[in-house]
Amino acid sequence: MLESLVFYTLAALIIGFGVLVVTTRNPVHCVLCLVANFLCVAMIFVLLAAEFLAMIQILVYAGGIVVLYLFVVMLVNLRRPPDARMDGRRQTRFGFVLVALLLTEVSAILVYSAAHPSSLVAVAPQRPAVGNAETIGMLLYTDYLVPFELASMLLLVAMVGAIVLARKEA
Amino acid sequence: MTHTYLVPLLKILVLLNAVLVSVTFMTLLERKVIAWVQVRLGPMRVGPYGSLQPIADAIKLLLKEDITPVRADRFVFTLAPIVSMVPALIAFAVIPFDREATFFGYQVPLVIADVNVGLLYLVSITSIGVYGIILAGYASNSKFPLLSGLRASAQLISYEIAITMMLVSVVVMAGTLSMTGLVDAQYNARVWYVFVQPLAFVILFIGGLAETNRAPFDLPEAEQELTGGYHTEYSGMRFALFFLAEYANMIVVSGVAATLFFGGWLRPFPNVAALWILDYIPGWMWFLLKTFVFLYVFIWIRATLPRYRYDQLMRLGWKVLIPLAIANLVVTAVLKVLL
Amino acid sequence: MSQFDTSELTLNMGPQHPSTHGVLRVVLRLDGERVVGCDIVIGYLHRGIEKLCEHRDWAQIVLITDRMDYVAAASNNLGYVETVEKLMSLEVPRRARYIRTILAELQRIASHCLWLGTHAMDLGAMTVFLYAFRERELVLDLFEEYCGARLTYNSMRIGGLPLDIPPGWGAKVRRFCDILETKVPEYEELLTHNRIWRDRTTGIGVIDGDDAVAIGLTGPALRGSGVPRDVRKDEPYAAYSEFEFSVPIGAAGDTYDRYLVRIEEFHQSIRIIRQALDGLPEGPILGKVPRLLKPPAGETYHAIESPKGELGYFIVSDGKAHTPYRFRVRPPSFCNLQALPRLVTGHLVSDVVALIGSIDIVLGEVDR
Repeated sequence: MLESLVFYTLAALIIGFGVLVVTTRNPVHCVLCLVANFLCVAMIFVLLAAEFLAMIQILVYAGGIVVLYLFVVMLVNLRRPPDARMDGRRQTRFGFVLVALLLTEVSAILVYSAAHPSSLVAVAPQRPAVGNAETIGMLLYTDYLVPFELASMLLLVAMVGAIVLARKEA
Repeated sequence: MTHTYLVPLLKILVLLNAVLVSVTFMTLLERKVIAWVQVRLGPMRVGPYGSLQPIADAIKLLLKEDITPVRADRFVFTLAPIVSMVPALIAFAVIPFDREATFFGYQVPLVIADVNVGLLYLVSITSIGVYGIILAGYASNSKFPLLSGLRASAQLISYEIAITMMLVSVVVMAGTLSMTGLVDAQYNARVWYVFVQPLAFVILFIGGLAETNRAPFDLPEAEQELTGGYHTEYSGMRFALFFLAEYANMIVVSGVAATLFFGGWLRPFPNVAALWILDYIPGWMWFLLKTFVFLYVFIWIRATLPRYRYDQLMRLGWKVLIPLAIANLVVTAVLKVLL
Repeated sequence: MSQFDTSELTLNMGPQHPSTHGVLRVVLRLDGERVVGCDIVIGYLHRGIEKLCEHRDWAQIVLITDRMDYVAAASNNLGYVETVEKLMSLEVPRRARYIRTILAELQRIASHCLWLGTHAMDLGAMTVFLYAFRERELVLDLFEEYCGARLTYNSMRIGGLPLDIPPGWGAKVRRFCDILETKVPEYEELLTHNRIWRDRTTGIGVIDGDDAVAIGLTGPALRGSGVPRDVRKDEPYAAYSEFEFSVPIGAAGDTYDRYLVRIEEFHQSIRIIRQALDGLPEGPILGKVPRLLKPPAGETYHAIESPKGELGYFIVSDGKAHTPYRFRVRPPSFCNLQALPRLVTGHLVSDVVALIGSIDIVLGEVDR
């Protein structure tokens, strides 16, 4: 009962902050709402007994990536030009159509799955026998080794690219 | 029912109070220690030997006029000290003071939340703490505090990498991320990890100095002299919160160093039965003693060393500490597999 | 990344500043973090000393010279009285010259203590500040016992000294020298081989000997660049010709060498003081000076080696008035400060503070 309460509160917060990210005028406030969003998502992970993932979410997303967003926002000093609404490249009507399509799809899926409950039963999250980190480690290095290596290559390439771009022509 | 909610709540209350009081009195400790190093006496007027000085400081700061810059972002301006202080305080949730202590017939573990990813929790909370500085610099609505804040946070982020790698080295040796598990691992290994991984401890300590903006890495604070530090626009209690957060971070780093490298609550030579007389000192007292020693070293270093220039600081972090940290991690991992 | 449009940033280190050692305004032009140029604005402490002295008696001017380099007041006194003595061709008794030398060297020690403390504190080593001032206090106590004042001494007269040293003063000075000899290694232990200190000072503010001479640097700043010029050796005054001492010379001309030169000067000053105390002759302390001082018409320039550099006085007397016609000071700090733009160019903003400390200026002297 308490769990549902917490879950629904967190869900409301996530959606609320998400909406705020999109609608706030001040770019720094947007980024802060994004951080709050990520923190709430981390809390949901904790609710699902995936503490490792929650900590990684905070460490990497909220503590690393969004900090970089914040750096960029502050240094670039974005300001929305007053005539942005009049920008000819904006296709508001097309946007509405796309969103309507997406919503129809999502509701179709929801209705279908409600009408035809799948054989999978929702299991309450249990604490795994071995710790979180160990489980993930086992999976990463055995079943998902190739994607893991590819991801690390990607990160390495990104790092090298960043350094090359940032170096001054000495 | 009582146990699940009341006991942690009580623990939180006690710990928060203890931390806030000790953080306040750390200001006095610092002033006294630095004064005695510098052939002075330090605060002597308020209370016997100046012991009530922090109370006088707190009252003064509370009564100061609360100035908010006119064009600053009010919300962020108020938020920044909070975002600085809160992570420093909640980091204490995973620091184990002792395995168990008996209160009124109840056996309670002296740690608020012994999560099995305790160490990772600490690291992630530290990375949240960076926001306080960035937001403080931004909220001042002025070019130089902004740049200073960004610079200070870049310093923090850089040294976080070295620290995290050192924490991982210890985790590799212990095989667990939980803080109590790490102390148990040292007990089982019959040796404090500082003797097995001295380099890791040194890098952790240096990184801790940089993380908490302490000398010799306190250029962001001394920067006020030149270009306006990130907390130039703050006054009164908000200003105090930044520095209290710094002291709280210092205590966290000291506590982590004590737990990871010096056996936490274990007494010296925990496996040597002949020293049974040391068992009379409870574990949490050993822990506090070790933490206190590290805090003293923090203050001692501040009194002694000159401060690094920013580019030298970053060079040290990236070109010296991170390669050493990687080397340490690789060697630890290899030896762990081989041995 | 030169395709980005960057412009120079102007940063003002205002007259009120914890690190500029007085009311000095430095306007830095920055390219990012690097200093590309620097404009110095002085005059915030101008009190019209030179003009003031045109309306003061020859004897009263000694009081005013105290206020120029207030950190080393006795040196200012010494320079002035020797210039007037040169103008009047007065003979100063030997005992007076010895005591003057002792006072001047004590001033050198006191000034260098202050320099060391503030320079170290600017770079973050707070403790050295307190230690150096502890020794400076001892010197100030000695001066207080001698002439009654701690900062502005009025301790010399034209033709000699106003007061003889009190009994027991010599022994106290000896004891002070012994104490200082144990303390300077303490400062060195904290700084000289400290990795952080060396990182902050080596290679910072390099100026080579020829440039230094061309700009007009004197004193330890010049000697740090390898130029062996010391007025005490080249044109001895007071009793310096009778003592044995060496003049430390640097090699690289950077902040670290200037620091080493001044540290060594501590030791050399102690050496001079000890020799002076050992050989202190008996005799009068004031020479044959006419009641009413009236130097003959003429002009003269005389310089001494003050702790900051070559302190020179150019005095013109018209023979008739009881005040000088023109009183001009060559303040070492003023001339040394001119090197600052050359020194800071190419360095970071954090180095500017180190360099101002390294040149060792006193605004009282710069502005007069």
